[in-house]
Amino acid sequence: MIFESTDTYISTDELSMAVDAAVKLERPLLIKGEPGTGKTLLAEEVASTLGLELIQWHIKSQTKALQGLYEYDAVSRLRDSQLGDERVADIRNYIKRGKLWDAFASDERVVLLIDEIDKADIEFPNDLLQELDRMEFFVYELNQTVVAKQRPIVIITSNNEKELPDAFLRRCFFHYINFPDRETMQQIVEVHFPEIKQDLVREAMEIFFDVRKVPGLKKKPSTSELIDWLKLLMADDIPDEILTNRDPSKAIPPLYGALVKNEQDVHLLERLAFMNRRDSRG
Amino acid sequence: MLINFFLTLRKYKVPVTIRELLDLIDAMRHRVVYSSIDDFYLLSRTCMCKDEKHYDKFDRAFGAYFKGLEDLHGLLESLIPDEWLRREFERALTPEELEKIQSLGGLEKLIEAFQKAREEEEQRAREGEEGEEGEEGDGDRPGQRGPGGPGRGKKKKARKVWDQRQYKNLDDSVELGTRNIKMALRRLRKFARTGREEELDMDNTIRSTAHNGGMLDIKMRPERKNTVKVLLFLDIGGSMDAHVKVCEELFSATRTEFKHMESFYFHNFIYESVWKDNRRRMNERLPTWGILNKYARDYKVVFVGDATMAPYEITHSGGSVEHWNEEPGATWMERFTEAYDKMVWINPTPQETWEYSTSVGMTQELVDGRMYPLTIRGLEEGMNHLSK
Repeated sequence: MIFESTDTYISTDELSMAVDAAVKLERPLLIKGEPGTGKTLLAEEVASTLGLELIQWHIKSQTKALQGLYEYDAVSRLRDSQLGDERVADIRNYIKRGKLWDAFASDERVVLLIDEIDKADIEFPNDLLQELDRMEFFVYELNQTVVAKQRPIVIITSNNEKELPDAFLRRCFFHYINFPDRETMQQIVEVHFPEIKQDLVREAMEIFFDVRKVPGLKKKPSTSELIDWLKLLMADDIPDEILTNRDPSKAIPPLYGALVKNEQDVHLLERLAFMNRRDSRG
Repeated sequence: MLINFFLTLRKYKVPVTIRELLDLIDAMRHRVVYSSIDDFYLLSRTCMCKDEKHYDKFDRAFGAYFKGLEDLHGLLESLIPDEWLRREFERALTPEELEKIQSLGGLEKLIEAFQKAREEEEQRAREGEEGEEGEEGDGDRPGQRGPGGPGRGKKKKARKVWDQRQYKNLDDSVELGTRNIKMALRRLRKFARTGREEELDMDNTIRSTAHNGGMLDIKMRPERKNTVKVLLFLDIGGSMDAHVKVCEELFSATRTEFKHMESFYFHNFIYESVWKDNRRRMNERLPTWGILNKYARDYKVVFVGDATMAPYEITHSGGSVEHWNEEPGATWMERFTEAYDKMVWINPTPQETWEYSTSVGMTQELVDGRMYPLTIRGLEEGMNHLSK
C-alpha cells in the first residue's frame, strides 16, 4: 500500500485502502467522521508520504464554488479605468486564480484538500461536479479552458452538518473514519506525546523529593497527593480485574516498567513506596 | 495514558473527541497541573467540556472513574517488587538493628507478624470511620489512622467538588421554557443565513463616491434574508391538554424567530382539512390539498403532537374521532413526506414512554423516524435535521 501509518499519523487498514484506491483511480476521496478523528490531517500526511505539494482550500459558509476556480475583480478594474491605469486593457490582470486552478496548473501532481465541504451552501458540491470529474473548467472572461496538467489527488472532508447531493457522492470514493478503538487511541497518544507518562511520573517524584527545584511552585505535594497522581497516570496499565476486585494484593506483575525508565527513577519510586508504607503504619 | 478516563467520559455521553484528549495531555506536558487530582479535575473539565450543559455529566463520569482509583489503596505497593522495599528498608537500618532482626528470626518472619497486626488495625480503622460518617474526615486524627489512612480525609473533601453536581439543572434533556426554546430554534435561523449573497449598498456607494471626489467607490453589504420557511402544525385538544403550556411557549418562540411561518391546527392526526383559528374550527377549515399545493417544497414542516391515539385513527378511513375521513391519516402523512424534503414531528410526551404506544411508533415510521422530544436537545436535533 502506498499510504500507511507514519511517525505522526495512525492509519487503519481500511483508510489506507481507501486512499490507495482514490490515488490509483484518480477519484476524489470523501472523508467523513466525528470531529477530531484526523480528517484534515490525513491530507497533510498523504501529501508528505507521497512527497507531493499540498494545496488547501478551507471552505467557509460564504465560500462559492467559483472562488475555487477563479475570481474576476470587476470593481478594481472599474476603479482603475477611472484612474486611467494601463493595466485596465488586459483583463488577465483582474483574474485571480483559485485553489483549484493552482492545483490544475501545477506541473507536478499535487494533493488538493477541500476541507469541510459541508460548511458551504447546499449547492456548492453540485457546482463542482464537472470540475472534479473532468478536471477542467472554462474561464468565460478569457475564453479559455483550464485543463489539469496532472490530475491532482483530491481529498474532501465533511463533518456531516449537511447532506451532500447524490450526484456529487457518486463521483467520489467514500470512507468513514470510525472512532478509534482503545489500541488505536493508545497509538495516537503515543505518536503525539511519546513517553509523556514516564516524564510526568519522574518529574512529580523529583519535585516531591526536592531533587529538582521548580521556581514559583506553590507547595510540595503530599505523599497521598503524589500517590493519587501516580494512580491517575498509571490507570490505563492497571488490569481491569484489579479495578473491579479492588484487591491489589492479589495482583499483578509489577507495573513499575510502565512507570519509570532508568535507575534513578527506580530509586525514587522505591523511596516513595517506602515512605508510603512507613506513613501508613503510623 | 488517560485513555480509560476518556472512554469513561464518552460512556457518560460527554461529547469529547481525540483532539480534546490530546489537548489535555499537552496541558499536562506543559505542567499546567502536577500531582493534584483537584487541579486535574479543573483542567480536564476546561479541556474536555465545551458547554456548561455537559458539566453535570462530566462530574458524574469523573466521580465514577476516580471512585475506582481512589479505592486502590495498596496500588503503589503492588507496583514494585517486595525486595526493593526491603532493600530500601534495610538501607535505613543500622548494623545493630539488622543484627537484632536476625536474632528475631529474620526479616521474613517479622514482616509476616507485622502484616497480621496491620490487617487487624485496618479493620479497626474501617469500623471507626463508618461510625463517623458525615463528618469532615481528618485522616490525621490519631485513633482513626490505619494503614493507607493519611490523607484519606483530604481526598474525601476533594472529591466533593465533582460529587456536588452543582450543574445538574443545565442538562439539556430537561423540559424547557420559552427562552430555551428560542435558543434551540436559533439553530435553524442561523443556518438560514449561510451562503448569503453580497448586494450593492446603494446609499453607501453614493456617499463614499462623493467623498472620493467622484471616483467610484463601490460598497457591498451582505444580503439580509431569512430564508427559512416553516409550516407548523399543532395538535390541539384531547390528550394534548396536558401539554398546552409548553406548546404555547414553543408557539410564541417560533412566532418571533421565523418570518415566513404559517401555523395550522389539527386534532390527533392529519386528515383532509386543518384550521387556522381554533375558535372557528368547525366552519373555517382549510383543505390539506390546498396547503400541499400552495407551499413549495422548500418549506420545512414541523408537526407538534403527542401522537397518542388509537391505531385505527391513523390506519383506517373513518378512523378520526371527530368526523368521517375518506382517506386514512397515514395516506395524508405520506403525501406530506412526498411533498416536503424536511419534516420533523415534535412530541411533548417523554421519550421513555414512546415505545409503549403503538400509535407513536406508527407515526415515527411515517415521518421516517424524525420524531424528537420537546426538550432542548430534542428541539436542537430536530432543527439540526431541518437545517441540513
